[in-house]
Amino acid sequence: MTTPDFEHLLRELTPQVLGTVVRRFRDFAAAEDAVQEALLAAAMQWPREGLPANPRAWLTQVAFRRLADQIRSETARRRRESEMVHEAAHTVDHPAESMGLEAGPNEDDTLILLFMCCHPALTSASAIALTLRAVGGLTTAEIAHAFLVPEATMAQRISRAKQSIKNSGIPFQLPTAEERALRLRAVLHVLYLIFNEGYTSSSGPSVRRGDLSHEAMRLTRIVHRLQPDDTEVAGLLALMLLTDARRLARTTAEGELIPLTQQDRNLWDKEQIAEGVAIISVTLPKGSVGAYQLQAAIAAVHDEAARADDTDWPQILALYDLLSRMSDNPMVRLNQAIAAAMVHGATKGLELIEVLKTDARLAGHHRLDAVRAHLLELAGKRADAIRHYRAAAAKTGSLPERNYLLTQAARLASELGTANEEEPGFATTED
Amino acid sequence: MKFILMMGMKTDKESMSKLIMTWPKEDIQAHIGFMIGLNKELKEAGELVSAEGLAWPDQAKLVRAGKDGTPITDGVFPEAKEFLIGYWIIDVDNAERAYQVAARASAAPGPGGAPLNMPIEVRQIMSGPPEEVQ
Repeated sequence: MTTPDFEHLLRELTPQVLGTVVRRFRDFAAAEDAVQEALLAAAMQWPREGLPANPRAWLTQVAFRRLADQIRSETARRRRESEMVHEAAHTVDHPAESMGLEAGPNEDDTLILLFMCCHPALTSASAIALTLRAVGGLTTAEIAHAFLVPEATMAQRISRAKQSIKNSGIPFQLPTAEERALRLRAVLHVLYLIFNEGYTSSSGPSVRRGDLSHEAMRLTRIVHRLQPDDTEVAGLLALMLLTDARRLARTTAEGELIPLTQQDRNLWDKEQIAEGVAIISVTLPKGSVGAYQLQAAIAAVHDEAARADDTDWPQILALYDLLSRMSDNPMVRLNQAIAAAMVHGATKGLELIEVLKTDARLAGHHRLDAVRAHLLELAGKRADAIRHYRAAAAKTGSLPERNYLLTQAARLASELGTANEEEPGFATTED
Repeated sequence: MKFILMMGMKTDKESMSKLIMTWPKEDIQAHIGFMIGLNKELKEAGELVSAEGLAWPDQAKLVRAGKDGTPITDGVFPEAKEFLIGYWIIDVDNAERAYQVAARASAAPGPGGAPLNMPIEVRQIMSGPPEEVQ
């Protein structure tokens, strides 16, 4: 077995082993540390000595032993007996079979762990870090690298997250049926953030950023397997597959952004598109339509167009209409304006933008200027478009996007230069 | 979101007269202790990316490339009104949190333990590509 295979197996087993250990010891933070140590031991020993007959039982036993040692030394220090030690020591001295480890893993454990790591009591940064470690099986160093922060900083973030879980007294059990739907939404949100982090994290090595998206897809696949009837889980998985399918086409080798309409569609991942389309096609007719499913459906319409000109914009507009009725999100309305412009002409799109200009949530947001610039250009108002491209460039927090917006402004300015018009300058918010 | 918090030093006569080297020992110690504590706090919160103090501007050089690309250095500049003397890079949930940290740093104790209320420039560090608009 090659090293990547070991890695894959270890990460598959992480939530199962952790679930078993937490179940037994009832201390999430200590169990998580013990499992990390067991994973490290496996990563050292397995490639050298070969795969044990039952890798899961091996990992569980090592983690049990670590925890038992820890409890024993603490107890010795306190000079008092603890029932826990007897139980733990007893467990370690017996073969895996007697611990019931041969029985299949408790699939619910993975779900319980996800509910714990994505608990609303945690900030999203903490939830993301903890999920990647406890459920994803990534090391602290790997997570730190992906987020471009020092390892010590990430270690603190994870340790604080575990402390929050401890303090909040969240039990290691499945939430009640009523609570479950709500908590599942929180899990999906964290997975969605991890996926997007793969695209938006500070410009680092692109391979690493892609890893986060793949990790998010892997974890969402697991949730989909555990909750096959939840249509939003399926919707999120489809959305990730259909968006990630365009990964290679969305930037140049140098990292410059390429808008959807200009991407080389031969670079799109056809297998991933087929899988995403298949998932969303069986999910939508089930009738319980949500925001992830609608976004996946929009992505599918784009992905199925052989050329940008073939895009079924009326269908995309209809989907955005549904989406905007479902959630009062100004970003959705901006995209709706673009779709409306593609169906009914730029003037219609600009009319919709006029209404959005007064939305306080969009005040000072670069996307409003960027969309306006794009629609003004479509309407042939090049000088106005330049001013809004520049205004958007000044406001965005993304370097590749700023470069893209500045390039758009420069392209239009050079076209205008020959027409000898006035220097367009910057657009202000009041424009 | 990552932010850089930049702490500047004014070079006008009045500011120079209040420089840290002229403070009593206990005030200097209190100031240094405060900065160490702030960094520790940020580290424990899982927010610190890096924090550095810069050497005093006396030795600062301004460098430009000459015609053949060789460095041409220039000395300290009497016309400069402010010098960067240190910075923090933090990774936080939102801009409001970055402003909070900057305000904490701004209130570092000066002579007699009174807060200095130094101006701290807060700038967002640019990120990678945005989510795709479809």
